[in-house]
Amino acid sequence: MARKKKISSFAVNNIKCYGLVILAFLVLMPLQSAGVLNNSVSGQLVPICAYVVMAISLNLTVGYLGELSLGHAGFMSVGAFTGVITAVALSQSVAAPELRLLVSIIVGGLFAGVAGLIIGIPVLRLKGDYLAIVTLAFGEIIKNIINCLYVGIDASGLHFSMKNTNELNLDAAGKVILNGPQGAVGITKIATFGAAILLILFALFIVLNLVHSKTGRAVSAIRDNRIAAESVGIGVTRYKLTAFIISAMLAGMAGALYAQNFSTVAAQKFDFNLSILILVFVVLGGMRNIFGSIIATAILYMLPELLRGIADYRMLIYAIILIAVMLLTNNMKVRAFIDTAMANIKGKLAGRKGGNS
Amino acid sequence: MTKMVPLPSKSIVPERDAEHEPILETHRLGIDFGGLTAVDEVTLAIGRTEISGLIGPNGAGKTTVFNMLTNVYKPTRGDIMLDGKPTQGKSVAQVSRMGIARTFQNIRLFDQMSVLDNVKVGLHNDIHQSLLASVTHAFGFRKSEKEANERALEFLSFFNLDKFAYQKAGSLPYGEQRRLEIARALATEPKIILLDEPAAGMNPSETAELMENIRKIRDKYRIAVLLIEHDMSLVMNLCEGICVLDHGKVIAKGTPDEIKSNPKVIEAYLGKKKEK
Repeated sequence: MARKKKISSFAVNNIKCYGLVILAFLVLMPLQSAGVLNNSVSGQLVPICAYVVMAISLNLTVGYLGELSLGHAGFMSVGAFTGVITAVALSQSVAAPELRLLVSIIVGGLFAGVAGLIIGIPVLRLKGDYLAIVTLAFGEIIKNIINCLYVGIDASGLHFSMKNTNELNLDAAGKVILNGPQGAVGITKIATFGAAILLILFALFIVLNLVHSKTGRAVSAIRDNRIAAESVGIGVTRYKLTAFIISAMLAGMAGALYAQNFSTVAAQKFDFNLSILILVFVVLGGMRNIFGSIIATAILYMLPELLRGIADYRMLIYAIILIAVMLLTNNMKVRAFIDTAMANIKGKLAGRKGGNS
Repeated sequence: MTKMVPLPSKSIVPERDAEHEPILETHRLGIDFGGLTAVDEVTLAIGRTEISGLIGPNGAGKTTVFNMLTNVYKPTRGDIMLDGKPTQGKSVAQVSRMGIARTFQNIRLFDQMSVLDNVKVGLHNDIHQSLLASVTHAFGFRKSEKEANERALEFLSFFNLDKFAYQKAGSLPYGEQRRLEIARALATEPKIILLDEPAAGMNPSETAELMENIRKIRDKYRIAVLLIEHDMSLVMNLCEGICVLDHGKVIAKGTPDEIKSNPKVIEAYLGKKKEK
């Protein structure tokens, strides 16, 4: 018991988060390679991981920084398309797909980070609803820009156009990467479940470390009381921007991973609904609860799939479950019931342990 | 550097501070809110180790003066010199780094954070930890965190708060919250600390303890204290110099004894005697 107490809640939470992800990998990886999982489940593994990274990164903005961002899909989109372009551009020079994936994820993260900087400077001066509105608009703008963007590659390098593929002036051996509303076409599917798990672990490492550091304390202080944070000498804009950019970078990395799990990805995929979906994962998992974000993402992502049997009613049931969870977890009586139930279970477990030893 | 406030003036710094420049000086400070003059002609000088009080009836503009001193409000007129340097054009955070710390009338803690972390936020600019160290928990992270923890606990034990270190600040009892706010302000290593109604809502024994603490702060850290307070016994027993504000103007300055017998002060607090 004495030894148990020495482990801080920080360490316990870390072990829970990392442990869950590694456990999921250890269970699912053999199943996937043995071919036990059917195609639809197997194909969902990378998207789920990408969404988990999205939820972790959005929890940094919404939970720790306390700013409601409704444009997180925009950063994912920036990362996805810059990542795909990078991967295609490197397909000749870099043979190893793992290395290509790694480089494309890093590039996707960097571009999303730059987008985060550009958006963050004006947007983080706003508060509350206004910030939500502007980030929402940003998500839509990114979607529409990529919708009319044409990118191709040939021997002379990358070509860009905002009109059509003819304007790209590609030579005979040239290849169109981004085809306007059709999105990125002919992507080599190089994203793997293992890489996806590694990206989650990376996101966990960054976010969990950050929130328990000088920077993380400053970010939390700004959320709790901006005036007091300023009064102790914290540069508010700087730390808000830092958290926002890190969050955007992780979202961009998730996007680059996500896109390379499919052969085509359109900008329409990264719309307002996706931003809201990620926000739902974060809210339902709990603000500043990274472990909760992971669980909520996994469950809520699979729920519509599991409910496929009742086709027409599945979105209805999905909504009812969301509402029920929100209401019940905020209800004092239900919470008290859960707490006593948990205490009972713990007590019984402890009792059994005591009996055994 | 010439002194802004001609000395001797009515704002006398204590004798022991007289040979040093005042830590904080204001010269004819004033602020208007949309044509309404809230504070005007506030000229002050506070000695390096002085405990001074800013008193006055409700709405006299005391907190407004604090907000101007910390640059939360931009003064319409006048100058502020902190340790001989003007604070004009600096941000709130920059002024804090120049050596002024404050507490708030309505307590402003970081409620969701632990008591220890609240003080560590106060230590923020003294913790040498790069963003890289923050993100990786390597590159000198452990050393900087260990130092921060030790120093934060020192401040907490000074205020008898160390037993609450890992509790959420928002869950502390009222008196402890007030003490924590002072501890956090002190952690920024200020040269002067501004306390906005530190004894509000405290019972007499807590107030006595607070007075003792304020004296201890001054003696241990050798800093100046400027406090707003309605508890007259605290002000009269603790402060060496007192400035009385009424309707945004300074109506009296001096030692507690001078203030007690000043007819203008009595009038401001109790009203004018009706002439028969």
